[in-house]
Amino acid sequence: MPPLGLADLVAGAVVLGLTAYVLLAGADFGGGVWDLFASGPRREHQRSLIAHAIAPVWEANHVWLILVIVLLFTCFPPAFSRLTIALHVPLSLVLLGIVLRGSAFIFRSYAPEYSTEQRSWGRVFAIASLVTPVLLGVALGAIAAGQVNRPSGRGFVEDYLAPWASPFTASVGAFTLALFAFLAAVYLTVESRESDLQEDFRKRALAAGGAVFVTAFLTLLLAWRESPLVWHGLTASARAIPVHLVTGTAAILAFWGLWSRRYRVARVAPAAQVVGIVWGWALAQYPYILPPTLTLQDAAAPHITLKLVSIGLGVGAVVLLPSLWYLFRVFKR
Amino acid sequence: MSDLFAARSQMAISLAFHILFAVVGIGMPLLMVVAERRWLATKDPIDLELAKRWSKGTAILFAVGAVSGTVLSFELGLLWPGFMELAGPLIGLPFSLEGFAFFTEAIFLGIYLYGWDRIPPRAHLLAGVMVAVSGAVSGIFVVLVNAWMNAPTGFELVNGAITNIDPIKALQSPAAFQQTLHMTLAAYAATGFAVAGIHALLLLREPMNTFHRRALAIALLVGAPAALLQPISGDISARNVARYQPAKLAAMEALFETRRSAPLLLGGWPDMETRTVRYGIEIPAGLSLLAAHDPDAEIAGLDQFPREDWPHVPTVHVAFQVMVGLGTAMALVALWVIWTVARRRQIAEHPLLLKALAVCAPFGFIAIEAGWTVTEVGRQPWVVHGVLRTADAVTPMPGLTYTLAGFTLLYVLLGIVVVWMLYSQIIKSPRDQDWHRIYSPAAATRPATEAR
Ligand code: HDD
Ligand code: HEM
Ligand code: HEM
Repeated sequence: MPPLGLADLVAGAVVLGLTAYVLLAGADFGGGVWDLFASGPRREHQRSLIAHAIAPVWEANHVWLILVIVLLFTCFPPAFSRLTIALHVPLSLVLLGIVLRGSAFIFRSYAPEYSTEQRSWGRVFAIASLVTPVLLGVALGAIAAGQVNRPSGRGFVEDYLAPWASPFTASVGAFTLALFAFLAAVYLTVESRESDLQEDFRKRALAAGGAVFVTAFLTLLLAWRESPLVWHGLTASARAIPVHLVTGTAAILAFWGLWSRRYRVARVAPAAQVVGIVWGWALAQYPYILPPTLTLQDAAAPHITLKLVSIGLGVGAVVLLPSLWYLFRVFKR
Repeated sequence: MSDLFAARSQMAISLAFHILFAVVGIGMPLLMVVAERRWLATKDPIDLELAKRWSKGTAILFAVGAVSGTVLSFELGLLWPGFMELAGPLIGLPFSLEGFAFFTEAIFLGIYLYGWDRIPPRAHLLAGVMVAVSGAVSGIFVVLVNAWMNAPTGFELVNGAITNIDPIKALQSPAAFQQTLHMTLAAYAATGFAVAGIHALLLLREPMNTFHRRALAIALLVGAPAALLQPISGDISARNVARYQPAKLAAMEALFETRRSAPLLLGGWPDMETRTVRYGIEIPAGLSLLAAHDPDAEIAGLDQFPREDWPHVPTVHVAFQVMVGLGTAMALVALWVIWTVARRRQIAEHPLLLKALAVCAPFGFIAIEAGWTVTEVGRQPWVVHGVLRTADAVTPMPGLTYTLAGFTLLYVLLGIVVVWMLYSQIIKSPRDQDWHRIYSPAAATRPATEAR
C-alpha cells in the first residue's frame, strides 16, 4: 500500500462528515419515521418528544451533508460530476425529500396548535423522513456496487436508471432506513424523562434493531449474488476484519443495553455501530472513490487545492467543534 | 424546451428562490440583535417582544433558506457537472469555508431560537451576534465564487484547459470587493426596508402602537443607511463591469454601437435584430460620465463582440433599469427618513412617509432579483467569463424539463405557504395578553409537553 497522502486525508474528512451526518441527521430522519408510526395512548406525547428533540439541532446536523458535498466537488471533482450525472434521478428525489422534510417540520412547528393544517404538515414531514433515507441509501448502494460510471450513451434507462435500480441498492436503502430509525429510537429513550415514553421507544428500538439485522443480512446476501465488489471488500479484505469486530460487538452491546434498560450504554453502542458500518464500507472500497475504476488519487484535485482545503478544515474545526459542543451541552445533556 | 434551456431555467429559479431567504438570513439576525441589545440596556419589554417575534419569522425563513441552499449545492453538479469539474478545485475553497459559516449560523440559530430560557441573557445575545456575523460571512463567501465566474483569476488557460491553479488568487477576483460589498448592503437594505414597510403599514392603521414604532425605528436604523450607500456601491460595481465585462455593460445600457460621449439610456426596449432601441430617453454623455467619470470617454458597444457572444440584451437592460429605478427610489426615501429624524419629527406621525415606506417594502427584494438577473444573464453565453460556455457545462442527462417542472412546482407551493404562514402567524399586532406573557418560540413546537 502506498503511503497515505493528502488525498487520503481529505477523503478521511469526507467519511468523517458522512459518519457525523448519519449519526446526527440520520437520527433526525429516524425521528420523523417514528412520528409517522406514533401509536398507542401516548401518541401525541411521542410526537412532541420527537419534535422537541429535533427542533434545535436539525439544521446544524444537516450541514454535515453540505460539507460532504462541498468537499467532494472541491477535492474530487471528477467523482462528483460522475455521481451527479449517473445518480441524477435519485439525488433529485433526495433533494425533494430534504426540502419537504425541513420545510414541513418548520411549518408544523408554527402552524396553529392542533389544527388540521398542523396535522397535514406533520404528515408531510413524517413521510418525507421515511422516503429520503431510502433514496439516500440507494444512491450510496450504487456507489458501493460500482455502478457509477461515465454515461455510455446507450440510452436513458441504461445510463440513468439501471445504475441505481437493483435489488442490492434497494436493500441498502432499506438498511439505511432501518439504521436511522434504530438510532432515533435509541436516542429518544435517553431523551424522554418519563418511563412510559421510554418504554415506548425501547420497544421501537428493539424492533428497529431487528430490522437493521435483517436488512444487513439481506444486503450481504445480495452483495454476494450481485455485487462481487462489495462482497469481496466486506469479506475477503484483511482491513475489514477489525471493523467487523467493532460493529458486531457494538450491535450486541446495543441490544444488551436496550434489553436491560441501560439507556446510556444503549446510546453509545449504536453510534459505535454506525462508525463501524460507514468506515467498514469506506475501507472496503479503498483506494477507490468510485469503484471499480476511479481511485482517490485519480480523482484528486491538484495538490494546492488539497493543501488549502486541509488548512481550511483545520481552521474550521477550531470554530466548529466548540460551537457544536456548546449546542449539544445546551440542549442534549 | 431544450435541455440546456431547462437547466438554465432550473438554476435561475432555484437561485431566485434561495436568494430571498438568504437575504433574510443575513438581515434579520442583525435586526434581532439590535432589538435584544436594546432590551438588555433598557429592560423595555417591547424590545424583547420584538426580538422574539422577529425570531419566529426568521426561524421559518431560515429553514426554507437552508433546504433551498442544499438544493443549490447539489444542483451545481446535477445541472452543471462540466462547470464543477473545471472550477471545483479553484473555487471550492470559499465554498468549503462557507460550509463552516453555515455550521456556525445553524448552530447559533438553534441556540438563539430555542435557548431563551436555557442560557444567560448575555450569552443569548452573543449567540445572536454569531448568527448575524456568520450569515453575512456565508453570503460573502458565495458571492466570491460568483465574482470569480464574472472575472476569473488564479489560473492559466492552456488549450482550453485550466492549469497552474491558485485558489487564493481566485478569491481575489477584480469583481470580488465590488460584488460582496454591493450584495451585503443589498441584504441589509432589502430586509430593513421590508420590515420597515410592514410596520409602516400597520402604523397607518394603529398610529399609536409603540410596538410598531419601535420596530420601524430599528428596521430603518439598519435599512436606511444601507439603501443610501447602495447607489454609490452600484456605481463602483458598474465601473468594474465596464472594465472587466464590457459586453455585459453594453447589454445593461443597450449600447449597440461603440461611442465616444455615450449617452445614458433611461427606459427603452432594445431590439437585437435591428440593433436599435425604441422608446428610450437619452441623457447626453451620461453613460461615459458614469462608467468612466469622463464625459468624453469611449464606451465599447455590442458591435465589439461577435453576435453569438451577446447576452439577451432586452432582459439585461430592463433588469438593470428596474434595479437602478428601485434603488434610486429607496435611496430617496432613506434620505427623507434621515431628514425627518434630523428635524426631530416622529416618522410614525408622518402618514405620507409611512405610505412611501409601505410602498417600498418589496423594492429591495425586487431589486435583488433584478440585479442578479443582470449579473447572470449578462454573463451569458459564458458560465465562467471567457473560459467556459454554459452550453459546454450542462449535464448530458436528458429530460431536464421534468425536473424543472418538479422543482418549479415545489418552489411555487413553498413560496405560497411561506407567505401565508408569515401573514397568518407572524405579522400581527400584539394583543393585550401578549404583553404579560413571556413567550418562548420553543413552546409552539411542543404542544403536549406543557400539558403533561
Ligand atoms: C437592494 C438591492 C439593490 C439595489 C437598491 C441596487 N442593487 Fe445593484 N445589484 C444588486 C442589488 C441592488 C444585487 C442583486 O445584489 C447584485 C447582483 C450581483 C451582485 O453582486 O449584486 C447587483 C448587481 C449590480 C451590478 C452588476 C455587477 C456585476 O454583474 O458584476 C451593477 C452594475 C449594479 N448592481 C449597479 C447598481 C446601481 C447603479 C444601483 C443604483 C441605485 C443599484 N445597483 C442598486
Ligand atoms: C450557487 C450558489 C449558492 C449555493 C450553492 C448556496 C448554498 C447554500 C446552502 C447549502 C445553504 C444551507 C446552509 C444551512 O443549512 O444552514 C445556504 C444557506 C444560505 N445561503 Fe446560500 N447558496 C448559494 C447562493 C447564495 C447567495 C447568492 C447568497 C447571498 C448572498 C447566499 C447566502 C446564504 C445564507 C445567508 C444562508 C443561510 C441560511 C439562510 O439564511 O437561509 N447563498 N446556501
Ligand atoms: C453567488 C452565487 C451564485 C452562483 C455561484 C451562481 C451560479 C450560476 C450558474 C453556475 C449558473 C448556470 C450557468 C449559467 O447560466 O451561467 C447560473 C445561472 C443563473 N443564475 Fe446564478 N449564481 C449565483 C447567484 C445567483 C442569484 C442569487 C440569482 C438570483 C436571481 C441568480 C440568477 C441566475 C440566472 C437568472 C441564471 C440563468 C442565466 C441564463 O442562463 O440566462 N444567480 N448561476
